[in-house]
Amino acid sequence: MTHYLFIIVGAVLVNNVVFVRILGLCPLLGVSKKLETTFGMGAATAFVLTLSSGLCYVIETYLLVPLDIAYLRTLTFIITIASVVQFMELVIRKTHPALHQVLGIYLPLITTNCAVLGVPLLSIGKRHDFVESLIFGFGSSAGFTLALILLAGLRERTDTADVPLPFRGNAIALVTAGLMSLAFMGFAGLDGYQ
Amino acid sequence: MFRKLFSFKGGIKPDTYKAVSTREPIGIAPLPSTLIVPLHQHAGGRAIPRVRAGDRVLKGQCIGEADGWISSAVHAPASGKVLAVENRMAAHPSGLPTLSVVIEPDGLDEWACLHPLRYQALSPEKTRECLRDAGIVGLGGAAFPTHAKLSAAKQTAMEAIVINGAECEPFMTCDDMLMRERAEGIVSGAAFFRELLDPKKVLIGIEDNKPEAIAAMSEAAKRFGSDFEVIAIPARYPAGGAKQLIRALTGKEIPASRRSPEMGVQCFNVGTAYSAWRFITFGEPLVSRIVTLTGNVENARNWETRIGTPFREFVALGHPGHDTNGFLMGGPMMGFEIPGMDAPVVKSSNCVIAAATSLFPPPPAEMPCIRCGSCAEACPHELQPFELYRFARVKNFDRAREFALDECIECGCCAYVCPSRIPLVQYFRFAKSGVQARLREKEKAESARSRVERRKAREARAKAEKAERLAAGAQASGMDASKKTAVQAAIERARQDRETIQAGNANDAETGDRYDEGQPR
Amino acid sequence: MLTVIFPMTLGAAALGAMLGWASVRFRVDGSPLIDEIENALPQTQCGQCGFPGCRAYAEAIENGARIDLCPPGGEAGARRLADLLGRDPPAPGMEEPSPQAAVIDEQRCIGCTLCIQACPVDAIVGAAKQLHTVVGTLCTGCELCVPPCPMECIQMKAVTENIDNWAWKYPVFGIRRVN
Repeated sequence: MTHYLFIIVGAVLVNNVVFVRILGLCPLLGVSKKLETTFGMGAATAFVLTLSSGLCYVIETYLLVPLDIAYLRTLTFIITIASVVQFMELVIRKTHPALHQVLGIYLPLITTNCAVLGVPLLSIGKRHDFVESLIFGFGSSAGFTLALILLAGLRERTDTADVPLPFRGNAIALVTAGLMSLAFMGFAGLDGYQ
Repeated sequence: MFRKLFSFKGGIKPDTYKAVSTREPIGIAPLPSTLIVPLHQHAGGRAIPRVRAGDRVLKGQCIGEADGWISSAVHAPASGKVLAVENRMAAHPSGLPTLSVVIEPDGLDEWACLHPLRYQALSPEKTRECLRDAGIVGLGGAAFPTHAKLSAAKQTAMEAIVINGAECEPFMTCDDMLMRERAEGIVSGAAFFRELLDPKKVLIGIEDNKPEAIAAMSEAAKRFGSDFEVIAIPARYPAGGAKQLIRALTGKEIPASRRSPEMGVQCFNVGTAYSAWRFITFGEPLVSRIVTLTGNVENARNWETRIGTPFREFVALGHPGHDTNGFLMGGPMMGFEIPGMDAPVVKSSNCVIAAATSLFPPPPAEMPCIRCGSCAEACPHELQPFELYRFARVKNFDRAREFALDECIECGCCAYVCPSRIPLVQYFRFAKSGVQARLREKEKAESARSRVERRKAREARAKAEKAERLAAGAQASGMDASKKTAVQAAIERARQDRETIQAGNANDAETGDRYDEGQPR
Repeated sequence: MLTVIFPMTLGAAALGAMLGWASVRFRVDGSPLIDEIENALPQTQCGQCGFPGCRAYAEAIENGARIDLCPPGGEAGARRLADLLGRDPPAPGMEEPSPQAAVIDEQRCIGCTLCIQACPVDAIVGAAKQLHTVVGTLCTGCELCVPPCPMECIQMKAVTENIDNWAWKYPVFGIRRVN
């Protein structure tokens, strides 16, 4: 059990997708303008990342490895994830309009998010099994959400502050994210690994 | 008797400067050379002018009739000749013109025929109507029509009416002097309000720095027994705010979304009660009020002043000092600078302060907000002014409203305590104006859109009806074959004729057609 | 080689077919977003954006049109749209809208009703051969009534500040010299 806990702690804090692995920066800058929207984005990311981690594990183990075409991994993963998320978006839009209001507008954004491809690839690199892949995917998305919420809170502050003109907007957001990235380095070693 | 006093949070204790203007009794201001009576002196609809240039008016004659329920009538403050009904500078921070009746007094001061109001014989509705037509409005500063406050909520029984004699603003003493000298009238006016609203209690709240007023009012209130209570409250600004006073006397907190009668309380200023009493007893409409003239003047005093007296003539009564660099209407906390001395005294003018550098030094430079929270501690409404300021400064009004900008009463406590000396109230006023403008815009857009939709529906209907008519015509003509061919031939001939006519005329025919469809019917 | 191409093609075709089927099966008509976009537009119905009316522009925006085409909305309006749609805020430097209203010169009006037909918001009253007038509070200042008038008697006048629409100004203080 502690093994799974370490995976989650490692994915959320130590190797935070955004601040340490520097993945998924476009939605980070795009959606962190308001605190309210970050929760919807976080939930949508958790859904997609967990789904894609599991899916990619299945494809890797039962399709790519037996056929010995692991070199087509990136291509296959992208196409599969994009199609499945697109499909889910269509279904949710029809069957659960309320849920679509919350997640819907972010789902297409996430399909092209590099974190969604990066996390399954990392997971395979770490030779996770199916459950571990799911937990790693979920943990990474929790880390992403944490980063998003923290940055959104800070950006609401900087938006109303006297920021020098050339630094306004994304520039100051990236400076802030950089400083937070440094802070996240302080978590190194917390996950029991070297 | 002991009584539990509630308290409101925050508040400040500025220097009062009140003693100077209470040394002399209320004076009667002399008749000015002209009277400029604005038709919009109250909250709500502007009064409709009922006189024309050249008319002779009597004192107390109605010159502007109330327009709608939330409105009030306006009366001539002296007999004389109407010189004009035109736009004159308003007693308003903007100094923009407003429709006013200009009267040249004839010096006779002849009253119109007045009748005391026998309200016992009248229905409450009729009594309220009479109050509206007498121009009785709140004299505390907001000038809200009093009759509109005199109906109890349907669900909640009236528990108490609060008579506001707190007068917490520095410099201002008009209510104090009124209570000292005319307590009998105020209490009788309050008794009249009690008959209309039928509350259990009448609570008269007076700040404890006015012992003479408390004594006079207690003496006058004895006549009405234990239902009338005069309560001294600790002097702390803004104890005279309606919501703060209600909180202090009854413990009830009125949110911005509800009106106080829904909570079983209603609040009236002492001046309002007095003018209501004058109306029911003598039939006098509201044509004058007590105004404090103080600040940098030789002779600080309260004057019973006619509505419409130009400030220039009014301030001359006090002989302002040579270094006077402006005049404030209202108190130093919530008042504004009078935009020009041609503006008149109106029903909401309670105090005029001559400003001088020695009295009000120029504001020090604004420094950045350090989020120390002093303002939040001082705020009597328990708001967070530093958050409001943060959003008001970057013109993000929606976020400011999330922090309850609408609840702000602009009392100025936050700016008073701010160590960075940020003029917070000015930012909040600006933000509130922005919210108002946005609401107006939205309303306008909404009405425009509904009109567009109605217009489209109308056009579609006209088109359908026309098509129907044509179809019906074709069917009818189908019955008689010979007739049909004749009509066909006629149409053919007409078409040939038309083709020979030039294009310009053809365009005319087309517009004629459109005119049919577009006409409102 | 074939063992690779075949399953990949098959997989891609399957995914494509799945998406195609879903877009037909789970089709949703109309978008609630259009109403919200329309609400954010100033409803002047002026057509300065290049679309006939605010509703049409709202539909166009939903289909990807630019959000900074509405002059009466100005920069504030475009920013509201950007917030609503999650798009980039407009480039600064859009002209501030100046509210205006049409005024008919009553000496010259011949009562042709052409302006009444042109007004999209029914803000002009009058009848054939009768004097027309603009209801000031209803006019959105779209200028659509100006060109059809044969007498050129309609003018656009800026809405001046009056005591009802006056607003407190942003607090600005002069810089004092301190020596």
